[in-house]
Amino acid sequence: MFTMSKQRSGNNMEIPKSFLGYKRENGRAGTRNHVIILPVDDISNACAEAVSNNIKGTIALPHSYGRLQFGADLELHFRTMIGTGSNPNVAAVIVIGIEPKWTKKIVDGIAKTGKPVEGFHIERTGDIGTVMKASKKAQEFVMWASEKQREECPISDLWISVKCGESDTTSGLAANPTVGNLMDKLEPLGVHLCFGETSELTGAEKVCATRGATKEASEKFMKTWSSYNDFILKEATDDLSESQPTAGNIAGGLTTIEEKAFGNFQKIGNCKFVDVLEPAEEPKKGKGLYFMDTSSAAAECVTLQAAAGFNIHLFPTGQGNIVGNPIEPVVKLTANPLTVKGMGEHIDCDVSKILSREMNMSQAGDKLIETTLKVANGRLTCAEALGHREFVMTKLYRSA
Amino acid sequence: MATDIIIHDQKDNVGVVVIEKITPKQDCSCWIMENDSTVNIQSMDEIPLGHKIAMIDLKEGDTILKYGHDIGKVVKSIKKGEHVHVHNVKTKKW
Repeated sequence: MFTMSKQRSGNNMEIPKSFLGYKRENGRAGTRNHVIILPVDDISNACAEAVSNNIKGTIALPHSYGRLQFGADLELHFRTMIGTGSNPNVAAVIVIGIEPKWTKKIVDGIAKTGKPVEGFHIERTGDIGTVMKASKKAQEFVMWASEKQREECPISDLWISVKCGESDTTSGLAANPTVGNLMDKLEPLGVHLCFGETSELTGAEKVCATRGATKEASEKFMKTWSSYNDFILKEATDDLSESQPTAGNIAGGLTTIEEKAFGNFQKIGNCKFVDVLEPAEEPKKGKGLYFMDTSSAAAECVTLQAAAGFNIHLFPTGQGNIVGNPIEPVVKLTANPLTVKGMGEHIDCDVSKILSREMNMSQAGDKLIETTLKVANGRLTCAEALGHREFVMTKLYRSA
Repeated sequence: MATDIIIHDQKDNVGVVVIEKITPKQDCSCWIMENDSTVNIQSMDEIPLGHKIAMIDLKEGDTILKYGHDIGKVVKSIKKGEHVHVHNVKTKKW
């Protein structure tokens, strides 16, 4: 199969061995220092947003679910909530839910990290009383967190997730292989890496399965992909021609899901994945690359990866996806010169010179490493500066 | 000569336009990434950035190869130099 190996030679820069992060109680390190107000359910959004409006420097994470869910869907809800609060980019958490029991379950889950967390339930108190109590605690947390300083952390404290969006053929030609080049260079330094997008590997699934580090990982991947594909075949009305590839993908020259999949797959370089994760599941097998079973919708995927503990995200785009996340900084790169020209305010790293052959893949990988480390050290991403805070829970099926 | 088209793998029967657009009867320089070689082709259509050009004649039922892999089937015959996209190629999945 086609590989970028010939492209990877050349004079590589020396990769910094550390970055400036926030050290957390559980030994992890954050690239950000957020205090979040986390609603357990849809009807607690108003209260959470009122608290974040009262107390400057906090972020509310409103979302649409959390009531009457059950089974695996409810487990995923709790895993996403607890994982988001536990992410090392979060210094402290206020949890607000309508009822005490689920609120406490999430508080207890986050408390295992050792970080400050406090829960409030609205029933029997009402919004106004709850906002007052929660605001007092949020003020205490944000002032405490504001004293935290960035410290030198080994580069292995970076947990990097990747996902591409509004892809076109320039993604598969250049932007995705740039991410692959970064993975090839950073994997030996002990970072955690994660890719997902189960449905968008359709057509490349057999090739992807051969990238399992073990037979077990390969088999787990095929099982996960088949299950997602069965679901798509069951729910699809005729084909997915309106959704996969998207209209944007097609405008950019992508013709079929297979073509999109082989382009997508370039993001993992020559790495092998050590395990297959459930959505929002924290990796437990140490450093290296993981595959996570996710939707290919950008905000859903990044939200799940952030909930699994990833602290910086790389997002190659072709036609110009603009997604961000409230807690995990999303670094955008593109190789499409028209996207750089037309919507440059969304692009953190321009690798379009690969197409004109003024830049090789190794130079592009180095440029992306530099950008990634700047952002890890605190530089705002375009999405952060523009206020993109898409927090989108994945729901598996209808509520009871 | 500057590169107008990039081809991933030498087995590929399509290339990707990497300049703003190519015009009919344009003599294009194609760079094959896998083995760092160059070939030339004359285009038949106007093809925009990111879109594919057929490197050989293709007939209905043929397989499109990109990245050295099967990315779909030809549903309407395509001549060398023509635009390859959703009007003449479909997925083999779904």
